[in-house]
Amino acid sequence: MIDTKTYGEFKTSWCPGCGNHDVLVSVKEALASQGILPHQFVMVSGIGQAAKIVHYLKCNGFNGLHGRALSPAQAIKLANPEMTVLVESGDGCTYGEGGNHFLAAIRRNVNITLIVHDNQIYGLTKGQSSPTTMTGHVTKNNPLGVFDQPFNPVAVAVAMRASFVARTFSGFHEHATQTIEQAMKHPGFALVDMHSPCISFNKVNTFAWYKARCKEVSHDPEDWATAMTVAQVFGEEIPIGVLFREERPSKDTQLPQCADGALYRKPVDMAAVKQRMLAYA
Amino acid sequence: MHKELHLIMGGEAGQGLDTVSGLLVKAVVRSGRHLLGAHHVMSRVRGGHNNFRLRIGSRPVQGPPDTFHLLAAMSQESVDLHKDKLKDPGIILVDAAWELPARPGMVAIPFAELASRPVFRNVALLGVIGAMLGLEASLFEEQLEEEFRAKGDKIVSSNLDVLSSSMKWAAENAPSLPLPKVDDPTKMLSMDGNQAIVLGALAAGVRFCGYYPMSPATSIAEGLVHAAVEMGVVVEQAEDEIAAANMALGAAYAGARSIVPTSGGGFALMTEAVSLAGVSETPVVFVVVQRPGPATGLATRTEQADLELVLYAGHGEFPRAILAPATLEDCFYLTHKAFDLAEKSQGPVFVLSDQYLASAPRSVAPFDLEVLAPIADPDLGDTDPENYRRYNWDNPISPRRIPGHGKSLVLADSHEHDEVGHIIEDGGIRVRMQDKRLAKMDVILSEVLPPEFSGDEEPDLLLVGWGSTCEVLREVTAGLRENGVKAACLCFTQVWPLVPETFMPRLEAAGTVVTVEGNSTAQFAGLLRKTTGFHIKDTVLRYDGRTLTAGFVMERLQPILEAL
Repeated sequence: MIDTKTYGEFKTSWCPGCGNHDVLVSVKEALASQGILPHQFVMVSGIGQAAKIVHYLKCNGFNGLHGRALSPAQAIKLANPEMTVLVESGDGCTYGEGGNHFLAAIRRNVNITLIVHDNQIYGLTKGQSSPTTMTGHVTKNNPLGVFDQPFNPVAVAVAMRASFVARTFSGFHEHATQTIEQAMKHPGFALVDMHSPCISFNKVNTFAWYKARCKEVSHDPEDWATAMTVAQVFGEEIPIGVLFREERPSKDTQLPQCADGALYRKPVDMAAVKQRMLAYA
Repeated sequence: MHKELHLIMGGEAGQGLDTVSGLLVKAVVRSGRHLLGAHHVMSRVRGGHNNFRLRIGSRPVQGPPDTFHLLAAMSQESVDLHKDKLKDPGIILVDAAWELPARPGMVAIPFAELASRPVFRNVALLGVIGAMLGLEASLFEEQLEEEFRAKGDKIVSSNLDVLSSSMKWAAENAPSLPLPKVDDPTKMLSMDGNQAIVLGALAAGVRFCGYYPMSPATSIAEGLVHAAVEMGVVVEQAEDEIAAANMALGAAYAGARSIVPTSGGGFALMTEAVSLAGVSETPVVFVVVQRPGPATGLATRTEQADLELVLYAGHGEFPRAILAPATLEDCFYLTHKAFDLAEKSQGPVFVLSDQYLASAPRSVAPFDLEVLAPIADPDLGDTDPENYRRYNWDNPISPRRIPGHGKSLVLADSHEHDEVGHIIEDGGIRVRMQDKRLAKMDVILSEVLPPEFSGDEEPDLLLVGWGSTCEVLREVTAGLRENGVKAACLCFTQVWPLVPETFMPRLEAAGTVVTVEGNSTAQFAGLLRKTTGFHIKDTVLRYDGRTLTAGFVMERLQPILEAL
């Protein structure tokens, strides 16, 4: 039987009460409910507290560089289209250091699922502001409060017509699990912006703060104009759920080279190499 | 008849110099002559001044020429820039419409008559040169048909008409400049270094290429793009070089043999990924095609100044190999070898080329595909998957399995890690894991290519070089020996790691040792000194962005020769 125990139990270095623990359980539940065994998926991450998740469940894992999780993840999917590929990292890693890769991944639309543990703060480096920290938030490195405007990942993703854009909250366990599952089942690039409170360094956006604000959306996620409006709401109310969805062929299904499965299984066609060489005569 | 023929063609960007030189190269090689071309191009799409230099011989030719039998000027500026490089007597082809004062050897071509429209001028020039060289019209006709087929029959027939009338005009009005005679023409190919690298990668079974366009490396990615569907290669133009390199690592982790072509500036952005390849023990081939720096430098020129960048790229310590092709054959065979070495050593391997080698077309015998050893494979088994440890340290080379191939779980980690691949902080594990990684150097060392020595044993003058300039050193050495100098050269096609036993006796047996490099600080001589303590005091360094030539080296060697 496949259940959350299939993915093992590991000692973590996360603080007790950190939202990451809940995300980990949600991910395991979403995997188990789809019957995906540990050897059938790859978990890719960057650097940060969230990115350590690769070490906390039984999986194939690629724990790469800060900001760079999406690059290897997309290439893994292209190199082996049969593999389920998940990416997890934090808001700093994904939207700050990796911002350009985030935009490119939306455009590229490779069939992978990106789960961003968005706690609106830097945890690993202990309390600096992140791209999603709210204006005015006083942090360790912003004694006068953050002057910059926060990055709105879901609004950017909807504006770019990302194939699947959702937001959820780790504290709404069922919602979080179901959102991850929907994202994984979506045949294209899927973003789950997962608010997951940092109990040590973010005293503003707490568990109670999110709980009081997160409200399920009710619009048709295929209605781009409404999704665009809803995606811009963040504050007294935080819309959660699938904000936007638009199916289009993913890159891994469009490349003819990817049609025969994993690239490494393809033998070298020396006759074809020879023909290409002799074309230089 | 000349033993060798040296041609230079100059004109503005956009005048079709590339087309003419490409067609001429192919025709000459198809006629059985050996050849080497060198492009001197400005970084612009229109205007400026570009030139293409061609050296043709009945036997293999080595470096680019310094002086010329023929100057074909497509712009007046070209006459002024290159007339002093003509041999005596030399021929200059100019446009009759310029009404230049007559001078010996000048041939005024009535382009206005031969080419009904300016776009046909390059083909008219091709016809004139072709006829002067005594090349059959059929050598061009076939190519023009191929070149312009997509543009329609009318364009093809117009080009053929221009070719024919220009060849006819030249036969009656231009002096003949016959090509060197070949007794036994062999079937040869013509290509440039980047094209040979593409073939080497394809022969090695490359399956993934991550790139961001940058001269002079772009044509490697483009070559792979055109082969991608048929050969089963995913070629991804990334959003930046950082993504390109990290993608290649992801693909390699998933089992796809991966290549990353770039130049110095792009490679600088990739260095963190190089370090990741080191710690995660991921095989990947980086091709760094050098151009002059710092920063944007001279975008379309050549240099050998990124040896130290490539040698030290990536924070932390980990093994690597750097191959430096000197010839087209090296571009092919060493790229192939780089994939094997990357898999065997489970880490980054570098092919260090440069703009000159990358873009210089040459004649070459077809590569021998039969002699290629199969590329090492990862561990495609799945024994005892429950106990599989990606970084098993029983042996420096751990079994590298592919995720999804079996039930083994494969963890790649950028942190220091334990045998499974999980993050650790333990000092003892760290030391043991670092020692395991460094011990892989033995695998690389067991296959190091020794430098190639040619010339007199115990020479009075020993020239030392690496990479693309080696051919010039061989030419200079041969010339010196013909003039009675006891000379030799030592040419390195692998610049890291160095195995002193393979070359120290040569350095010690020589009188004066001179390093010849395409940089301003003698980087390779510095590396030799660091590795062996041997100090090469005399240098010939070129860093004006132009290709090294025998003439340049000979001029700089004069004071040293006088002191011998």
